[in-house]
Amino acid sequence: MAAFLASLVECVEALTVILAVGTVRGWRSALAGAAGALAVLAFLVALLGPQLRRIPLHVIQLGVGTMVLLFGLRWLRKAILRAAGRIPLHDEEAAYVKNTSAMRSGPLSRTGNLDRVAVAAAFHITMLEGTEVVFLVIALGAGRAGLLLPASVGALIALAVVAGLGLALHRPLAKVPENSLKFAVGVLLAGFGTFWVGEGAGFSWPGSDLAIPALVAAYLAIALVLAAAARDPAIQAGN
Amino acid sequence: MRWLKTVAAEIWGLFVDDGSFAGAIVVWLAIVLFGVRRLAWASRWGGIALFAGLALVLIENVLRHTRRRR
Repeated sequence: MAAFLASLVECVEALTVILAVGTVRGWRSALAGAAGALAVLAFLVALLGPQLRRIPLHVIQLGVGTMVLLFGLRWLRKAILRAAGRIPLHDEEAAYVKNTSAMRSGPLSRTGNLDRVAVAAAFHITMLEGTEVVFLVIALGAGRAGLLLPASVGALIALAVVAGLGLALHRPLAKVPENSLKFAVGVLLAGFGTFWVGEGAGFSWPGSDLAIPALVAAYLAIALVLAAAARDPAIQAGN
Repeated sequence: MRWLKTVAAEIWGLFVDDGSFAGAIVVWLAIVLFGVRRLAWASRWGGIALFAGLALVLIENVLRHTRRRR
C-alpha cells in the first residue's frame, strides 16, 4: 500500500511534465525519453535488488530504516505544513502551464525523428521521480523477507493507473489529492522506518509486528493534531 | 562532472529539504544507537524511546516553522 500510494504521487508528477513535453514537442520524443528512463531504472532495480540479500538483515534494517525515516518524515512534515496552509499546495495545472511554456521557448534540436530537448526533458523527469519510486520499492522490500514483490507490484499498478488515466484524459491529474496521499505515505513510512530501526538496533517491540500499525496510528494522531495546531489563522478566519 | 553533481543533489534532495530537521533525526538516531542501546532497560523500552524522540523532533520542527511564519 505504501509503495502504491507513494508511486502514485511520483507518477502523477512525472505525467504532468511528460504531457507538457508530448503536447508541445511531439509524443514520439516524449515517450522515447520516458521509456529510456524506465529502462535505466529497471536495470538499476535488477542490479541492486539481489545485492541486498548479501547484507545481514539487521544492517539493512538500520540503514534502510534510517533512509525511510528521513524520506518519510520529510514528506510528513511537508504534508502537515501544506495541510495547515503554511506552505502552498503542489498545483499540477500550474506545473503543466509552466512546463508547456518552457517547452515552447526551448531550442529546436533534432536527431532523426526525435527532438533532443523533448527526449532529455522526459528522460530527466522520469528518472527523477522514478528514482524515488525505485528507492521506496527497494527500501520497503528490503526491510522484511517477501516484501519486495508486493512493493514492486504496488508501484507497477500505480504506474499503470496513472499512465492509463494520462492516455485517456490527455491532461494533468490535478484532482488527485496529492497532499493527502503524501500525508498517508509519510505516516506509513515513518511507522515502518521507526519499526525497522528499532529491530535493527535489537529492541523488542511490544506486540512484535503489531507495533507497526500502532506506530502508524501514533504518527497519524500526532500529524493530525499538528496540522490543526499549525493552521494558518487566515485560513481559519475564512472557514 | 556536472551531471554527477546533479545526480548527487537529486539524491540528497530525496532525504533532506530542511537541514535542521534531517540533522535532528540523524542526531537522535545516533543517540539511540550509541547511547540508549547500552542502557539496561533499552531492550524493552528502546523502541518507545526511539519513537518518542522522533515524534518530538517532528513536533518541534513544525511548531518552530509555524512560529517563524507568524
